[in-house]
Amino acid sequence: MSETASSTVTVRLPTVLRPQANGQSTVELSGATVGEVVTALVSEYPGLKTNILDDDGNVRKFVNVYVNDEDIRFLDKLDTPVEAGAEVAILPAVAGG
Amino acid sequence: MISVLHLARTAYLEILAEAWRVYPLEACGLLVGPGGSNSITQFHPVHNAAESSRVFTLDSLGYMKAERAADDAGLEVLGVLHSHTHTSAYPSPTDVAEATQPLVPTTWRWAIVSLAWGYPELRSFVISDNQESPTAGIAEESVVLSD
Repeated sequence: MSETASSTVTVRLPTVLRPQANGQSTVELSGATVGEVVTALVSEYPGLKTNILDDDGNVRKFVNVYVNDEDIRFLDKLDTPVEAGAEVAILPAVAGG
Repeated sequence: MISVLHLARTAYLEILAEAWRVYPLEACGLLVGPGGSNSITQFHPVHNAAESSRVFTLDSLGYMKAERAADDAGLEVLGVLHSHTHTSAYPSPTDVAEATQPLVPTTWRWAIVSLAWGYPELRSFVISDNQESPTAGIAEESVVLSD
């Protein structure tokens, strides 16, 4: 039960994506994994989809997703489980030379 | 039309301090000010995750903390600053490529401080995607220090 239970988490959006989420900086969503939360996010705010996910449903390379300050690339990626109250942050990868 | 970027003197001094502190590595951080304005009132240094003298990558957690601090202060991230340690304060091809990726706001300022000549030179640019030539998308703006 606990492994599949949906949790309510807070998704934090960077400034650049807020216009596509009615100007909100944070959104409350449910899911048992980061992937479920991201799916819920892009179904509620379809304008976010192509900014966050590629055509295969993977997180784009210039997007970082953190759960409670940890990069999901070093956890279980989109399969990373989330607990109630967790903060999922969508962050742009900003770089240069 | 030449635009003007007003940079608070305190933010300017923090930029110089961070650039020299991490030299010879590239420094980086976020420029913060009132949303939609041409005024930078704060500089938030962010760790260069690349730890390189040639390239920079803003540490994601540092980015998040700076953006959260801006939110809490009723301000917005208006741009990014990085240092060039071996070249002039002009956007490199890498800067142009990264500035035009989808999650970088097109309105962002790309401020660059060069330490290549032993003294700091700060310039600021708005970089847009230009299919004809990468440099055609680079527009410089004047930087004016303000109190």
